[in-house]
Amino acid sequence: MAAPSPELADQALLVAVPVPAAVDRRPGAWRRLGPSFWLTTGWLALVTVVAILAPVLHLTDPNIQDLANREAGPIPGHVLGTDGLGRDMLSRLVWGARISLTVGYASTLLGMALGTLLGMAAGYLRGRLESVIVATMDALLAFPALVLILAITTFVGHDIRIIVAVIGFLGIPAFARVARANTLAVAQREFVLAARAMGAGEVRILALEILPNIVAPVLTFGLLVVAVAMIAEGTLAFLGLSVPPPAASWGAMVAEGRSDLDVAPMVSLIPASVFFLTIFALNLAADRLRRVVEIREARL
Amino acid sequence: MLTFVRGKALHLVPVLFVVTCFSFLLTSLLPGDIAQVMAGPNATPQSVAALRAELQLDQPLPLRYVSWLGKAVRGDLGTSPRSQTTVVDSIKERLPISLELLLLAELIGLVVAIPVGIASAYRAGGLLDQAASGAAFGVLAIPGFVVAIVLIYLFAVQLDLVPATGYTPFLTDPFANLRSFFLPALTVGLGEAAAYTRLLRSDMIATLQEDYIAMARAKGLPTWHILVRHALKPSSFTLLTVLGINIGRLMGGALIVETIFALPGIGRLLVESIYARDLVVVQGVVAFVAVAFVVVNFGVDLLYAVLDPRIRHGRALA
Repeated sequence: MAAPSPELADQALLVAVPVPAAVDRRPGAWRRLGPSFWLTTGWLALVTVVAILAPVLHLTDPNIQDLANREAGPIPGHVLGTDGLGRDMLSRLVWGARISLTVGYASTLLGMALGTLLGMAAGYLRGRLESVIVATMDALLAFPALVLILAITTFVGHDIRIIVAVIGFLGIPAFARVARANTLAVAQREFVLAARAMGAGEVRILALEILPNIVAPVLTFGLLVVAVAMIAEGTLAFLGLSVPPPAASWGAMVAEGRSDLDVAPMVSLIPASVFFLTIFALNLAADRLRRVVEIREARL
Repeated sequence: MLTFVRGKALHLVPVLFVVTCFSFLLTSLLPGDIAQVMAGPNATPQSVAALRAELQLDQPLPLRYVSWLGKAVRGDLGTSPRSQTTVVDSIKERLPISLELLLLAELIGLVVAIPVGIASAYRAGGLLDQAASGAAFGVLAIPGFVVAIVLIYLFAVQLDLVPATGYTPFLTDPFANLRSFFLPALTVGLGEAAAYTRLLRSDMIATLQEDYIAMARAKGLPTWHILVRHALKPSSFTLLTVLGINIGRLMGGALIVETIFALPGIGRLLVESIYARDLVVVQGVVAFVAVAFVVVNFGVDLLYAVLDPRIRHGRALA
């Protein structure tokens, strides 16, 4: 980080106005994300749109078994071929995306909402509340997460809402950490002091002064968590413990093709590649965004 | 040093308490009648009642926790009502397999990461650095079970070098044993290698900008000597932390990898008991795994103090 120059100090004062500080409005901010960011965002957008539009896309029914054409390569009517039961791979990928993405986004939103709330409270209100929150979160992080997911889904059920709730719950400590660290940094700034001097209450300061300034790093971190949540669901599905069959899920598709890797590897490798591309896209987008967000913070 | 160890050990007690408490609650707070769940849907009311008595489920929760913890401290984690084996015996039987996997995987990780990390940091931004960073980023984005599938496809199906699944005990046939561990260890090790390379590279770049490195260069010491003898040790703290966390995590077995490759380790034991709804085993193994994780990390904290004298004198790392 460069030594503070008078010029930078001026900028800091300008940026210290709460709302513009949350979004980097300087020219070139979007361009600095680089082409790879836009490529990956394009892929994510494509997967998301296709998943949302699945019911109106006139795809083959993902559960219809074309037993004459099992484990067929690309043939007319099955662009990506069929799986071991003769079900259309493309259609199962698209319907599987709905499950993967729903779990990824919904559980992240849940964890983000609760975790950010706890982290902001800990970082701003400090005191005993902070100690309790931090200690609880640390203990939760020390616990084997996958075991918890496995145990709860086995005994409570494989409903998608339960899976979202459990994965979301496990995301709370990570978000609390990120939110608390950023809150600690923002809470010392002049505009918070100014707001307090003007008589703003704690809730108002947290909602209008702190929150807008920690949104960017928390959202960026959220992209990574979406990837982790999707991997968690994929892993559950791979073990046969996610939404019950015949529902298509990417992890389940990889698992179903596994026994026939020697004769029809594509049945497993196609969903594996789509899964990889999506996780990779999320990671890359988060990495590029983080660089831009951090540059902004370094210049404050 | 002794004061430092005592301070750290005192901190360990509440953490261990919370962790064992969680493991106990995990299986006790599940909705429904535990005895009914464990006995299965076809059980007679008599057998459910017998199981309830055997597990002392009619006692209040705190009392059960205290009695369970008391036995656990004395090395008794209960007996599985399903297999009539004690949980401790099951763990003893499975642990060596998970430990071998852990050892081989971390070995692969470090053998790849240390030279690549050093070389990347030495010519940061160079061709090798860019290739290694890109590869590491890609590897970290692949879910474990996908890595496993791809490796099975490459090494077992295409090249036919190693078996896809199965396990041979080391004493029966050491060579077959290592062959059966090759793919699982590689699956875990690849991810570790990617993570360690990134950590070592970034810490090493920072170290190489220190004055004493310039001094060593000015003295005319050979480059490898500076990199390995002067720069590696002070750059390895983050690496050690994460290595410690991973060892602690893998003590509990690699759930997915052990399941995919049919290795009868701790992770597999856990998955089997979850499938079989054997809560006594689940509870005991989870407690073991969580405690192992905490204790290994405690060990890593002590290791820091040995490596860096500043820590045992209570000053923060620079």
